[in-house]
Amino acid sequence: MIEIRNLVVEIEGQRILDGLNLTVRDGEVAAIMGPNGSGKSTLSYVVAGKEDYEVLDGELLLDGQNLLEMNPDARAAAGVFLAFQYPLEIPGVGTMTFLKAAMNAQRRSRGEAELATADFMKRVNAAAESLGISKDMLKRALNVGFSGGEKKRMEILQMALLQPSFCILDETDSGLDIDALRIVSEGVNALRDPKRSFLVITHYQRLLNHIVPDTVHVMAKGRIVKSGGKELALELEANGYADYRDMAA
Amino acid sequence: MVTVTTIKSAAETALDSAFERLAGVLPGAGAERRAAFARYAERGLPHRRVEEWKYTDLRAAMREAAPLAERPASVPAGTIDLGAPRFVIANGHVVSAPEKLPDGMTATPLREALTGGHPALSALGDPLAAGNAAVDLNTAFMTDGLIVEVASDRSMDSPVHIAFHNTGDAPFATAARVLVRVGAGASVTLLETHQGPDGVAYQTNTMVEIVAGDGAKVEHARLNAEGGAAIVLSTLSLRLGRETELTTVNGVFGAALSRHQVFATFGGENARASINGMALLSGSQHADSTLVVDHAEPGGESRELFRTVVDDEAAGVFQGKIIVRQKAQKTDGRMMSGALLLGEASAMYNKPELEIFADDVACAHGATCGALDEDLLFYLMARGLPKPEAEALLLQAFVGEVVETVGNGAMQDALIARIETWLRARAAR
Repeated sequence: MIEIRNLVVEIEGQRILDGLNLTVRDGEVAAIMGPNGSGKSTLSYVVAGKEDYEVLDGELLLDGQNLLEMNPDARAAAGVFLAFQYPLEIPGVGTMTFLKAAMNAQRRSRGEAELATADFMKRVNAAAESLGISKDMLKRALNVGFSGGEKKRMEILQMALLQPSFCILDETDSGLDIDALRIVSEGVNALRDPKRSFLVITHYQRLLNHIVPDTVHVMAKGRIVKSGGKELALELEANGYADYRDMAA
Repeated sequence: MVTVTTIKSAAETALDSAFERLAGVLPGAGAERRAAFARYAERGLPHRRVEEWKYTDLRAAMREAAPLAERPASVPAGTIDLGAPRFVIANGHVVSAPEKLPDGMTATPLREALTGGHPALSALGDPLAAGNAAVDLNTAFMTDGLIVEVASDRSMDSPVHIAFHNTGDAPFATAARVLVRVGAGASVTLLETHQGPDGVAYQTNTMVEIVAGDGAKVEHARLNAEGGAAIVLSTLSLRLGRETELTTVNGVFGAALSRHQVFATFGGENARASINGMALLSGSQHADSTLVVDHAEPGGESRELFRTVVDDEAAGVFQGKIIVRQKAQKTDGRMMSGALLLGEASAMYNKPELEIFADDVACAHGATCGALDEDLLFYLMARGLPKPEAEALLLQAFVGEVVETVGNGAMQDALIARIETWLRARAAR
């Protein structure tokens, strides 16, 4: 369970999150929708631990552990996973090298034994196959020369391998065609689990047809201004954000 | 009339008296040596007011001139082994030669050639390096080395390794010279390793000349694993015939101060060469890579890729000059130097130069200097990699692009092993 209490965050003196409260329970899929500039991506970066943000107030707890005191790698080992809106290309770092390094770093951090190569390969191949990721992609440098859809699938592959307890999907639907959206959504749905929670950030209701949320939250000006069930997304799609833009003021 | 008196440094004075003492003792007739020493002595050790040495002030760095080392009594232990036929040049003297050379290759110790005469001696010396103090000092003091000849149209069935191994407890100097003549249409792989003791302020000055005949294929790689207190000067002269293909890669890990100079002359049409280098520097190390690439004939293609990682108070220097003569139409030259600065006081000096006298050429150069990309680091850390591990992965990838251009597997492994050692040491600090 992730609990965000009264989170206040600034970047270069500008307030982006302004007393945000949100709880996502184990097994819950929560969606966050909101207009551009409402602070959705900032929320995802702050949870993952990006340095550029100044957290002025509030609490960020994952299963009771204070994430704000942890570095990004410790947060990852504790179970946080951010699927990036724009996954980065890392020239010269092989995809397999990266995957193995990430999995073993998390295992070491948790005091578990490192994976044997055969075991690692088996896991990667199984997860890659279900996401339609070719052997050729796995042989290349991480995300280098990948299409937008391939990069998003690679994010879900990492999620599947790292088995996090709290996953944030930051506009995972952006730049995806219908087929890629279906593959990615199926990948996410396959990971739904009573012990795993999701925060799905999106602009469009379309993604939520594929990844059906339990709760929908509307974010504006750095706060959650309305919460409801999945029907709230449909209402937003029909009426737009106009009603909410001023609510946080 | 005004008389100008040049005040000599202690090292310059010591070099003068050493040459006076040794000129008659060193092998060979000595006329070349005297001429070279006279050229050096005219200007003395190069310093920061000499343009080509602006960033590497040898006069200031070389407080003393160490005595020229004698031939060691035995082959030093622990010489790097790359699993290839190996010559060992210890302290500037050939102390061991392979039992069997690849078919089509012959080798003569330079001392023997200088003493008894050798037809290849006339090929020693590179006009493109004229006036270079390191080259002149090497010519003046060269003690020994090799003349390697590869017969035309022969493809060597194994690489050849020349291991320069420096040993001693007190400061010493070495001056070795190697000439490799590759016949037309022949192919050969040459591996150089340079090693020496930590904590001893020794001074080495080596020169390797590769003269490649028409259509020859040459792979050359060099590992600088010298001791941490050494001053290491090295010169690689490349003279390329028509349609030759050559790759050279230099990996720098050792030495307090190193300067690797490459003089490459594209003396035949359609020659191609890749001149690459990587350096991992820490502490107060200073490493200089200086290139002069002279496209004298049409249709040449040169690629230069340099990657330097600078930590602590270390400094890197890249000077790359591409000359395209008027005749050298259709030349294609691309030079790139990238540096990552890891410490607050780390420094990198990039000086790319193009001198183009032809009008139908494609030449480009680029130089970058920067810190590790914070966004990439965050991405890796968000996947669970602790910061030192994430940094190591990015640094390895950065220099890896150069290491990939080393064709020889054993040399590539040796470079990777040293990169990993360097990164582990950094992470442990």
